[in-house]
Amino acid sequence: MSQYAWLIPVLPFSSFVAIVFLLKKSKAASAAYALASMVASFVVALGILIEKVQDPKAIEIAVNWLNIPEMGNFRGLNVQMGLLIDPLSAAMLFIVTFIAILVTLFSIGYMEGDEGFSRYFAYLSLFAFSMLGLVVANNYFQMFVFWELVGLSSYLLIGFWYHKPSAADAAQKAFITNRWADFAFMVGIILLFVYFGTFNFAELGPAIEHTKDAAFITLIGILIFIGPVGKSAQFPLHVWLPDAMEGPTPVSAFIHAATMVAAGVYLIARGFILFESSETTMLVIAYIGGFTALFAASIAIVQKDIKRVLAYSTLSQLGYMVMAMGVGSLTAGMFHLTTHAFFKALLFLGAGSVIHAMHHEQDMFKMGALSKKMPVTTWTFVIGSLALAGVFPLAGFWSKDEILLAAQHHNFTGLFVLGVIVAFMTAFYMFRLIFVAFFGEKKSDHHAHETSWLMTLPLVLLSVFAVLAGFLNSPWFYEAFGKSFSTFVFFGEPEIPHLDLGVAGLSTVAALAGIFTAWLIYSRKAIPAESIAKKFSGLYKLLWNKYYIDDFYQWLFDKVMFMTGKALDWVDHHIIDGFFDGFAKLVGFTGSKLRLTQTGALQNYALVIFGAVVFFVLLASTPLLGGVIK
Amino acid sequence: MGFPILSTILLAPVIGSIAVLLIPGKNSKAIKVTAALFSSVSLILAVLAYAGYDRTVGGMQYVENIPWVKTFGVNYALGVDGLSMPMVLLTAIILFSGVFVSWKLEDRPKEFFFYMLFLVGGVFGVFMSRDMFFMFFFLEMAVIPKFILINVWGSKYKEYASMKYTLYLLGGSAIALIGLITIFLYAADPSRGLGYYTFDIATLASVKYDPAFQKFAFFLLIIGFGVLVPMFPLHRWTPDGHSAAPTAISMLLAGVIMKLGGYAIIRIGINFLPEGAKFWAPLIAALATVNAVYIAVVAMVQKDIKYVVANSSVSHMGYVLIGIASLNAAAIDGAVGQMFAHGIMAALFFSLVGNIYDKTHTREIADYGGLAHQMPRVAAGFMIASLASLGLPGMFNFVSEFAIFVGAVQVFKVLSVISIFAVVVTAIYALRVMKQTFFGPRNEKWDHIKDAKGVEMVPIVLLGGVLLLFGFFPHLIMDMINSGVAPLAEKFVSLKIGGIF
Amino acid sequence: MITLQHYLILAAALFCIGLFGAVTKKNAIAVFMGIELMLNSVNINLVAFNRFLAPAKLTGHVFAIFIMVVAAAEVAVGLALIISIYRHRKSTAVDDLNLLKW
Repeated sequence: MSQYAWLIPVLPFSSFVAIVFLLKKSKAASAAYALASMVASFVVALGILIEKVQDPKAIEIAVNWLNIPEMGNFRGLNVQMGLLIDPLSAAMLFIVTFIAILVTLFSIGYMEGDEGFSRYFAYLSLFAFSMLGLVVANNYFQMFVFWELVGLSSYLLIGFWYHKPSAADAAQKAFITNRWADFAFMVGIILLFVYFGTFNFAELGPAIEHTKDAAFITLIGILIFIGPVGKSAQFPLHVWLPDAMEGPTPVSAFIHAATMVAAGVYLIARGFILFESSETTMLVIAYIGGFTALFAASIAIVQKDIKRVLAYSTLSQLGYMVMAMGVGSLTAGMFHLTTHAFFKALLFLGAGSVIHAMHHEQDMFKMGALSKKMPVTTWTFVIGSLALAGVFPLAGFWSKDEILLAAQHHNFTGLFVLGVIVAFMTAFYMFRLIFVAFFGEKKSDHHAHETSWLMTLPLVLLSVFAVLAGFLNSPWFYEAFGKSFSTFVFFGEPEIPHLDLGVAGLSTVAALAGIFTAWLIYSRKAIPAESIAKKFSGLYKLLWNKYYIDDFYQWLFDKVMFMTGKALDWVDHHIIDGFFDGFAKLVGFTGSKLRLTQTGALQNYALVIFGAVVFFVLLASTPLLGGVIK
Repeated sequence: MGFPILSTILLAPVIGSIAVLLIPGKNSKAIKVTAALFSSVSLILAVLAYAGYDRTVGGMQYVENIPWVKTFGVNYALGVDGLSMPMVLLTAIILFSGVFVSWKLEDRPKEFFFYMLFLVGGVFGVFMSRDMFFMFFFLEMAVIPKFILINVWGSKYKEYASMKYTLYLLGGSAIALIGLITIFLYAADPSRGLGYYTFDIATLASVKYDPAFQKFAFFLLIIGFGVLVPMFPLHRWTPDGHSAAPTAISMLLAGVIMKLGGYAIIRIGINFLPEGAKFWAPLIAALATVNAVYIAVVAMVQKDIKYVVANSSVSHMGYVLIGIASLNAAAIDGAVGQMFAHGIMAALFFSLVGNIYDKTHTREIADYGGLAHQMPRVAAGFMIASLASLGLPGMFNFVSEFAIFVGAVQVFKVLSVISIFAVVVTAIYALRVMKQTFFGPRNEKWDHIKDAKGVEMVPIVLLGGVLLLFGFFPHLIMDMINSGVAPLAEKFVSLKIGGIF
Repeated sequence: MITLQHYLILAAALFCIGLFGAVTKKNAIAVFMGIELMLNSVNINLVAFNRFLAPAKLTGHVFAIFIMVVAAAEVAVGLALIISIYRHRKSTAVDDLNLLKW
């Protein structure tokens, strides 16, 4: 099956091309082609996954893409485009194509009647293509190429409703924020290439092993890690992700679950050997991840927009994944990425369903009592939230435990405690959302209704996965099949899954405590939320304004960068132009004065000529002046 | 010798310009068809020559040689190698699309097309000449008609801009000419050089110049040709010149005229005077970094859309300069690639800006907004150009920029990292323009505007297609460029210049 | 006895008169006449030198004749120009012919 792996990215690309050039007039055909290509990709991906489960040996196919030979002491540029099919990419391919199908299906319902229906599916296909190309990449260069294309497609999709200024702004913000990260990423891979002469993951592995803990490996590692900081929206480059909500909701689901943000985590997993070679890099990764988890969770607590709560929860969960990688467990990070893909896609599509039913109302304090009108959406949403909160035995429980275990195992006590606190916060803000939006009394005069099967089917499918996916790495699964996620995707030695009752108990208590607190405040109203907000008004304001980081960046952008630009423009116009124009003016001035001798009267000239002739004749004939004519 | 394909490419626009003169001025349709016809001859032959160039052999191909002034060793000698072939193709593409961009021009079309075709003949000549004398001759032939073109058909401060353009460029040419003459005389000197007069570039390149002389002559050349590139702080003619020029001429200016400088620096500067190049390289790299970053920041705050694009051209040429200054194969390959990529991209930008300007009669970005509603195709084209400009993979610009940076990092660590930073600033201004021009709510004011269609689509499709083609399959062009650059890089290797850090 | 000096003085006087006319007159025809006088003074010089210094050769004569021919041609062109200018501008005063003056 692996020999057909190239089809996986190519099929969505063909869909993009076909829609742009041929099918855009026909909405049905566009959607059908997009869906069909995703399904076909999924089938191939599934085949590959099964094959890899049976035989995990990595397969690599590559073609030369560009070759500038080396010259003397200088590196040329030798680039290949290829496929690397190993358990890591096989698992990722499966997730991406699976989510892609559901998102496409959901979108057909959600985007119904939109002017840009065909365009939407073209962009969606491009997004899938870029992400899949990134997943199969066998070298950093290809990774970077598709990494940028992922950025482009997210730009196009976030700004899909380009007539909305807020969407256009959000798209631009996403792209530019990512660009800052990509700048560092690009410098990183260039340096990597200059040192080692190859971009290839397999070839780099042994080479890096030899240079463990060298200063430049740390430098390159951190530079490359800045890439994921941007794409996976880690602090301090997280600002774009909440704004990216401006795109159509299925796109948010796609971005948050399977594509854009997953790309960052996937890159860390792919280049794990590089990061792992330097302790400093790993510490940076772990603490940035941990900090982001806490930081984003705290913001999520006070948000009112249903999608923004989910967005900050994604940030927080990504922080978990990055932290897991940083403490040294690739498996935990990837496993959380996998389970998170299912329940986060579920939550976003659920939110999309709500928003669709509410006619694009996103403020959860204007919803309420949706559970009666939209049972399917409500209960799948609750399942997703339970999974996210990490309640036994749903998917999130297993993967979060894995991360906490890893932190404990590698003696990161601080991060472990932090992880437990975040688990509490996660449960709290998710159930705050549920109690406010789905239960209680109607908070505004809305006529919500259950959405069509096109939209509920993906929800149901995803909730099945949100319940079951966690078992992949449970001891019971291992006992039953002799395999588990951690023996499939790992770095170094495979781990046999086990359940640490202490850790599991602690995290479950934290989650239940979170749910209970949310219930107390928002359902029982034992302590009114307003009074808490008033009591801690300073903190509340800080959180509500997202620690003022967005404002700070805006200030930097508007004031510092723009003012610099204005100043430099002034220099251009006044100093440089002043110098050269001044030179021109000097010449002009001299000319205008000398011009006075040119009277324009021919006869004056004749007189001058005659005078000159006489002068020279006299000069030539005067012996005293060296004259020669006697 | 066979069919003189290069002479035909070169003379087609020149003959075309004369043919245009013979058509009555009122018959503008016939004039445009004639211009299109002759430019398509150039384009087709250039594509054929490109395809027929034997990369495995490399070196000068399709050579032609007609002695002209034997006493001074002046020959009408043409030939292309991996360095010049892409440039010839670039020129042909831009000329062809430039003709179609000017399809709606009704103000003295006869004179316009005459000057335009004539000047392109000069550009072809520069890229094809194997003779220094003719190279300079063609250079001037390419530069002068621009004065009239900007002055007569331009817009907004056109007198100032055309004067500025001409004075800068002629000043540069004068300095470069001194450099060329000193090289010529040095080579002809019997005690130090060859002992006979020759303008043949290959022969002149084989002369061993004294290091002190190299430093002196290279300085003259880099200043002279640096004006064309343009190199900071000699860049100020560009924004004004580009902005004032009519659309097709902006395309040619940014697309090919700026490349003449880069080409001449590679072909004559670093080829003849490697040690001089090495001596001045840090300075060039520093100025190039200023170019790339400083001008990008300046571009960010422009209010006039054409000034944004013009400043972005200067910024991108900064990459070319740092690539050249790095003096190794990857970087110079990248620099040549970037010249090609930027030429196409800038032409696409200017053609679209011209299209918008023709319809809205304003160039203030603040006046636009929501144009994607009325002109989706132009918006799509603009998106392609913006993405190419910010170096997105899939566009050829990305490949060449990457090659430049890989080469440059090996020589100038800090400077090249700073200039890579320009990709961030580029993204900021490119997307800012994109957003303010095309996104946002529908603007009723522009509802009468029609989207690009028919001949207007020719440049968009052609130029966008080329960017994508080479972006997807860069080896189609990079192999050829490398075959031309490799002998040059060999020179630096044998001189033991530079090394890995 | 009339010597070379006499001819030269005559020619010099004639030249000065011609120059004076060419430089001071406002009317283009008068300027033209001055120029003709100057040309003719040169002719006198040439013929005189020929006669006194190298009577065997005819070089001076040839020169003189050559100048006459050129002068005639010049008169033809010049007068044509003046007439043409007069038709356009109704004047032959050289002070008025300052169109090219910037």
